[in-house]
Amino acid sequence: MTSIKKPLVDKHLRKNRHGLTQRDYEGVASTLCAGCGHDSITAAFVRAFHELDLEPHRAAKVSGIGCSSKTTAYFLGQSSGINTVHGRMPSVATGAAAVNPDLHYIGVSGDGDSLSIGLGQFAHAIRRNLNMLYVIENNGVYGLTKGQFSASADIGTRAKYGEVNEQTPIDPVRLALTLGATFVARSFSGDKEQLVPLIKAGLMHRGFAVIDVVSPCVTFNDHAGSTKSYAHTYKYYHPVIHADFVPEEKEITADYADGEAITIPMHNGGDVILRKTDTSHDPRDRDAAFDLLKNLEGSEIPTGLIYIDESRPEMGEMNHLPDTPLNAINHSKLCPGSATLKQLMDGYA
Amino acid sequence: MNVQTQTRSAGSTAVKINDFVIKIGNVNGTGSASANGLLMKSIFRMGVPVVGKNMFPSNIQGLPTWYEIRVSKDGWTARSGDVDLMVAMNLESYEQDLKAVSPGGALLYDSTWPRPKLHGREDITVIGVPLAKMTNSEFANARTRVLMKNMAYVGAVAALTGIDMAVIQSLVEDTFKAKPKLIEPNMNALMLGHDYITQNYEALPLRVEPMDETKDCILIEGNDAAALGCVYAGATFGAWYPITPSTSLMDGFKNHCQKLRVDPESGKNNYCIIQAEDELSAIGMVIGANWNGARSFTPTSGPGISLMSEFIGFAYYAEVPAVIFDIQRVGPSTGMPTRTQQGDILLAAYASHGDTKHIVLFPADPKECFELSVDAFDAAERYQTPVFVLSDLDIGMNEWMVPRFEWDDSRQPDRGKVLHADDLEKIEKFYRYFDHDGDGIPYRTIPGEHPKGAYFTRGSGHNKFGGYTEDSAAYQEVLDRILQKWKKAADHLPGPVIQKAAEPTRRAILTVGGCDAAVREAIARMALEGLHFNYLRVKAFPFHSGIEAFIAEHDTVFVVEQNRDGQLRQLLINETAAEKKQLVSILDYSGMPADTGLIARMITSHCQAEG
Repeated sequence: MTSIKKPLVDKHLRKNRHGLTQRDYEGVASTLCAGCGHDSITAAFVRAFHELDLEPHRAAKVSGIGCSSKTTAYFLGQSSGINTVHGRMPSVATGAAAVNPDLHYIGVSGDGDSLSIGLGQFAHAIRRNLNMLYVIENNGVYGLTKGQFSASADIGTRAKYGEVNEQTPIDPVRLALTLGATFVARSFSGDKEQLVPLIKAGLMHRGFAVIDVVSPCVTFNDHAGSTKSYAHTYKYYHPVIHADFVPEEKEITADYADGEAITIPMHNGGDVILRKTDTSHDPRDRDAAFDLLKNLEGSEIPTGLIYIDESRPEMGEMNHLPDTPLNAINHSKLCPGSATLKQLMDGYA
Repeated sequence: MNVQTQTRSAGSTAVKINDFVIKIGNVNGTGSASANGLLMKSIFRMGVPVVGKNMFPSNIQGLPTWYEIRVSKDGWTARSGDVDLMVAMNLESYEQDLKAVSPGGALLYDSTWPRPKLHGREDITVIGVPLAKMTNSEFANARTRVLMKNMAYVGAVAALTGIDMAVIQSLVEDTFKAKPKLIEPNMNALMLGHDYITQNYEALPLRVEPMDETKDCILIEGNDAAALGCVYAGATFGAWYPITPSTSLMDGFKNHCQKLRVDPESGKNNYCIIQAEDELSAIGMVIGANWNGARSFTPTSGPGISLMSEFIGFAYYAEVPAVIFDIQRVGPSTGMPTRTQQGDILLAAYASHGDTKHIVLFPADPKECFELSVDAFDAAERYQTPVFVLSDLDIGMNEWMVPRFEWDDSRQPDRGKVLHADDLEKIEKFYRYFDHDGDGIPYRTIPGEHPKGAYFTRGSGHNKFGGYTEDSAAYQEVLDRILQKWKKAADHLPGPVIQKAAEPTRRAILTVGGCDAAVREAIARMALEGLHFNYLRVKAFPFHSGIEAFIAEHDTVFVVEQNRDGQLRQLLINETAAEKKQLVSILDYSGMPADTGLIARMITSHCQAEG
């Protein structure tokens, strides 16, 4: 496992197709605690967008409230962003995507934002197969309010001041699978080699791509007895499937042994090459995904691309949206005019 | 035939021509709404001004429901407070319905079953028609019998009041154009009632006689009209959560869009409607769509506004346009969901925590629902803020007779200050919340159009450059500018409607929304008694400067509204120089559409007490 050092200061960063370096994909300086897992995820976003050759202004960042939601200011400084209210980011993303499906929507949320106050909106965004990348920076605690358990806290995990959680956790991965999510992954803020390709694949996925990223809170949840600490995560971390993302114009050059790799073409361009690192898991098989999670429950933290389905229509298709985004249709096409109104009035007489 | 044929004479009652009220008491879920609508519309088709008020329960089947048809040659559209002919079809509400008949009026009941309390009133004409018996012998199917009983009383009422059966027939033919098999049984049922009356009774002294007063008018519900306004305003996105009495607004939008907004070539929709999981989500979607530069809206009612309040504050502070239709119903809490009220005035004016003030538009009838919904989208984008259209159940769900809507093809939407790609090319740097023009309104951009237009929208403290701040002065500067922006909107929003009395007076009546028709008629009635009032109707908040000036010209201003706490009065005291003692509340929060008689009585008695 490798990590990305923060801050990025490499002066020799290569330029991508738009003549932009990774620095052009950064945002304002992070105000999170030193060593916060979220900053590593921010760095992974920067690298993924740069490598994908996305124009920053064609991305839109959406978030709710919490440490995780603050991070949308720390990457893609040249993109528009909207930091909404607690737990309600999916609805804002839904409206935004409905009227302009041509932007890349990146949602950043936390376990409090998505699994407690925002559970309903998270669930319904999945049902609509909203075309967006939705990253949950999962640390098991409320950081900004100083260390209360979140809904993802495992049974038996110990809070900083000794309290033990006895309530059952909500696992966003299993929840997303149950609700019919079409791209479900789990990763760890400390593994950029796994996380960066997952972010790329999630962005290119057509539909709702959720990545649950275990992201330790160094201040309130990194002690002995916590199941969301760095030490615990490293110990039980279990990469199951590695997803390489290969952009459309690049040839697949890596050498995969027979039967080891699965190529999945992405609707929004490029391919995902899946490499099984351990089990015989096929992420196209939903039942197998449930089995995998069940079999490793309580022992290990399975990570990688757990499930993918590129065939389901996303929200825009379900609503028969036109090729021209709704926010760009000329008024003359939208307003039926006086002659039509006159006819309509006859129907009320 | 076991019928009580009491053709008691109505005494000296003069014949009322095109000026009376028919009220129908029924059980809900029996399909009476369509029969009642048919009756009302047939009067309209005879060229006679008419309005129908549906007073229905929050229930699918079995509870009492009423429909009141006011025939008014003078074109008054409010409830008059009288009942000249009661069609008492519901045993449960029979006693109440009997009492409601005005002296000298008439009551029609289903004489299939005896009603011992019939003799409770000597001052009215009672007409028994064996509706169930007749329709049961004519029709086999149980549901058909129920439906046809309604058509039979329509026929009876037509015979009693002289409504032209040919007009009714043509309406039946229009109604069942898609199901022509239903025309014959419906006509048969109508004739059963009609013929029974002509054979057994004389017509009542209530006459519908043809006029030529409706040809420039339509019958339309406010929600449907508002939906049409959204189409004409160019709204492309709507999100909602079903709630009575706002649901028919989105139904209307969908219906209009399916006809007017499907691209003929691609078959794709130039609109998007999302049924959200709750109102919190609905307003979030509307904010997202507006943030992305599409005109979007949500229809809801009071409980929805309560849920949306956090997001409304976000849109206010982050300056994202949004149009919110609040079709008010009776509160607090679940209240009486199918009854009307103006109980959300203060809620809409100041919705959300912290210092928030909103733009609120108040339509008085469906025509204004159409017009003000177009204005609402303009105001939302001009001022980059949520705009409420405060309608109510009476306006939204009843068919009102209003002049035909008109559209000026030269009207272009006011999209406010938006910097597009070519504008952004010309400037060095874009700051989202900078007051370039000194009018309190900053420029905005549409995400994705141009790299220079990118900005970060937040509900957390921000400075005029759009950056996060916890600096007191930088925070206050933005908050103060937003207030200035709101204040400056006052005289650019639709101004008040003012009507001067025939004689100089220091008394006035001020009202809002759906009370308009009842108050204007009450003023006309009281003028006949020698009481004169100037009149003002508020159309928008923040209040136009003319409202404060109007109040200042009077010693007493009666503020008529449909809530317990005098919310409009409170808002006037809070936001204008009006003195508390100047403003006298006239309140009707019964849940029923405004009643001319009641308003006139309350104001008259106050004036008499004053001397």
